[in-house]
Amino acid sequence: MTSPAMIRINQLYKSFGSNQVLKGVDLEVDLSQVVVVIGPSGSGKSTLLRCCNGLELAQQGTIDICGQRLIENGAILPEKALNNLRTQVGMVFQSFNLFPHLTALENVAVGPKTLRGMSVAQAETLSMGLLNKVGLAEKAHAMPASLSGGQKQRVAIARALAMEPKVMLFDEPTSALDPELVGEVLSVMKLLAKEGMTMMVVTHEMGFAKEMADMVVVMDGGRIIEADVPEVIFKRPKEERTRAFLQAVLKNEDSVS
Amino acid sequence: MNFDFTPAVADWKALLSGASVTVEVTVCALVLSCFLGLLIGIGRLNPQRKILYGFCTVYLSCFRGTPLLVQLFIWFFGLPRFGILLPAFACGVLGLGMYSASYVSEIVRGAIQSIDRGQMEAARSLGMSSSQAMFKIILPQAFVRMIPPLGNEFISLIKNSALVSLLTIHDLMHEGQKIISVSYRSLEIYLVIAVIYWLMTTFTTVILRRIELRLKAGGMVQ
Repeated sequence: MTSPAMIRINQLYKSFGSNQVLKGVDLEVDLSQVVVVIGPSGSGKSTLLRCCNGLELAQQGTIDICGQRLIENGAILPEKALNNLRTQVGMVFQSFNLFPHLTALENVAVGPKTLRGMSVAQAETLSMGLLNKVGLAEKAHAMPASLSGGQKQRVAIARALAMEPKVMLFDEPTSALDPELVGEVLSVMKLLAKEGMTMMVVTHEMGFAKEMADMVVVMDGGRIIEADVPEVIFKRPKEERTRAFLQAVLKNEDSVS
Repeated sequence: MNFDFTPAVADWKALLSGASVTVEVTVCALVLSCFLGLLIGIGRLNPQRKILYGFCTVYLSCFRGTPLLVQLFIWFFGLPRFGILLPAFACGVLGLGMYSASYVSEIVRGAIQSIDRGQMEAARSLGMSSSQAMFKIILPQAFVRMIPPLGNEFISLIKNSALVSLLTIHDLMHEGQKIISVSYRSLEIYLVIAVIYWLMTTFTTVILRRIELRLKAGGMVQ
């Protein structure tokens, strides 16, 4: 492989108490690659993603991200280095987690203001640009409570982008949205992918996976059972479990349309 | 039965000065209580930090678990045995403030823990340290939720301040009793004192309600 891996996960194990959720996961995400992780609920997809910025501690194995060793056999980076690394890794949550006491603009600006030592004016100019990019410039001064789910998630994406991350992690970014609002969030994500952002996306949006993924990773029972380009995964998967999962998901989508 | 409020009216200056001492003691104790309560409350957030958590838990247990009057007497009559001779006013403020801080700490802890954990995760994943996340993101939200229970606690503090009259502090209660000791009009004087305390607590209630409404209007609370 010639292009440098932005995320390299090696033999990762993670358990919550006696419940082992990751059982030896290996995965590489290269620069500017979009990797989509799919699989049944409880398969460990979200946990894997959350391990990649240290929100969960994996007990065994290693994760290298943005050229730094995040964790090695349960020993995570020291606090300062960890905080610094997290500024390079953007995270978007299923439940948005916007800061409800701040306006949309302040939500985006609070990161660079606090962590990059930017002046209020600088941070707000940057944030206004990003809100514009996600199509929400006119909502800059709205409080999160007055935004729709799709708008909230777009602000959350802008907030993550404000730190100018090298990698973006998406944890089921559209799962909490009403169906008619999914499209506006996906189109922002597509825009990012086209700009060359390195992305790791946990999602149930098979359309997004088919269209945008460089690699689709299928997880089940804490393991990666199959990883390949979308054409292979969706047209001729090797694993019976992949086929069963896709059938269940796609049947569901058909019954809606 | 005849009421005679003339002793209270005649000595209005004494009652006024007593009331102002009560306000001074209460405000000083309030500041101490909030500051200390915030520290103790934050100290009890994480049981993994054993020493800090243990210290704060012992504090809570001792100061919430014993009568305020006993604590005030220890400050005023007990500590001089160790050569610590504090002015009565300081004993009153320390006694009231440290007692009240134990309650405030639980209000602080409860409010912080009621904030969705996704807020901390979002702040940390931007790269904020835990204290940056606490002060920029969690506490401003928790503060709004603290206001109603803090209001209750402040009202208790105002009323409990009557106990410092027993430490020779010339507060409202103390001045009232002095008037009673020469006029023997206990019912009338206590009624007047009660009304003055009621005015203070009601004023506090109104102010806190205003703050709460303003924060709500500003979109701080859903």
